[in-house]
Amino acid sequence: MELEAAKMIGAGIAALALGGAGVGLGMLFGSYMEGAFRNPEAQSKLKVNPMLAFALIEATGLFGFVIAMIILFG
Amino acid sequence: MAAEEHSPLAQFEIHPLVPIKIGGLDISFTNSALWMVAVVAAITLFMVLGLRQRAIVPGRWQSAVEMSYDFIANLLKDNVGSEGRQYFPFIFSLFMFILFGNIMGLLPGAFTITSHIIVTFAMAAVVFVGVTVIGFARHGLHFFGYFVPQGAPVWLMPIMIPIEIISYFIRPMSLSVRLFANMVAGHIMLAVVGGFVVGLGVWLGWAPLAFIVAIFALELLVAVLQAYVFSILSCIYLNDAIHMSH
Repeated sequence: MELEAAKMIGAGIAALALGGAGVGLGMLFGSYMEGAFRNPEAQSKLKVNPMLAFALIEATGLFGFVIAMIILFG
Repeated sequence: MAAEEHSPLAQFEIHPLVPIKIGGLDISFTNSALWMVAVVAAITLFMVLGLRQRAIVPGRWQSAVEMSYDFIANLLKDNVGSEGRQYFPFIFSLFMFILFGNIMGLLPGAFTITSHIIVTFAMAAVVFVGVTVIGFARHGLHFFGYFVPQGAPVWLMPIMIPIEIISYFIRPMSLSVRLFANMVAGHIMLAVVGGFVVGLGVWLGWAPLAFIVAIFALELLVAVLQAYVFSILSCIYLNDAIHMSH
């Protein structure tokens, strides 16, 4: 197999890690919504932590994106 | 097709503006350095002009400056405790530099200083080395006890200690790559969808344009969030070194 073709396939497989980010974000905001709907008055306390977790989960998915870029262009 | 000049990666290229060579080292003043100067100038103007009036009841600008001060002061107080106050200038500089750098990178035609791994790695390395030095200065050789988690059975130690050591050394890597990857991914997406807008022309170009507006709002949120996450993780690592809570 040529190197270019192998690079493309490798980058495509590395980008699958972003699916995990999608699942994680869905679970995070799903549980946030559930908590917010059950107890709307506690929402002001629930604001900061979902944002922190969003950034950390998104970062893990983007690690896979960075590896795909390194494979393609590095 | 002229794919090279309009590649979505062209926005990250470094161009020397004032070539300077000393010995064999190339320390030119590049577009990245220019934007860093612009970021520092913007931060300085924001703070100096905002505090001009020094009113007891602050106006809008002074209120914004005070809010940014309070935000980091509370971050340090919540995560490090009362001993965190001496590290306030460092964490505040870090936060404002990354925040203004990320936001100014979203201006059309701008260069995002945090989109280069060497920039984010330099900041993360300073945090990591600083926190390790602080840990050794406060606890001496006892700091090595950080890698031995309390309450774990002795027969697990040969596995736990290498895992703890690896996860400690991964900190500067994850801290730098998190910021770098978020900025690069966001800007590549903006550039690619922008190419679609131009390619689809007047009749169909409004669809990717609406998408760009939504992505731009997300990128603004991510810019602020990544600055906050970098700062709060630095505070957490600092807390680990000062109070060895392991």
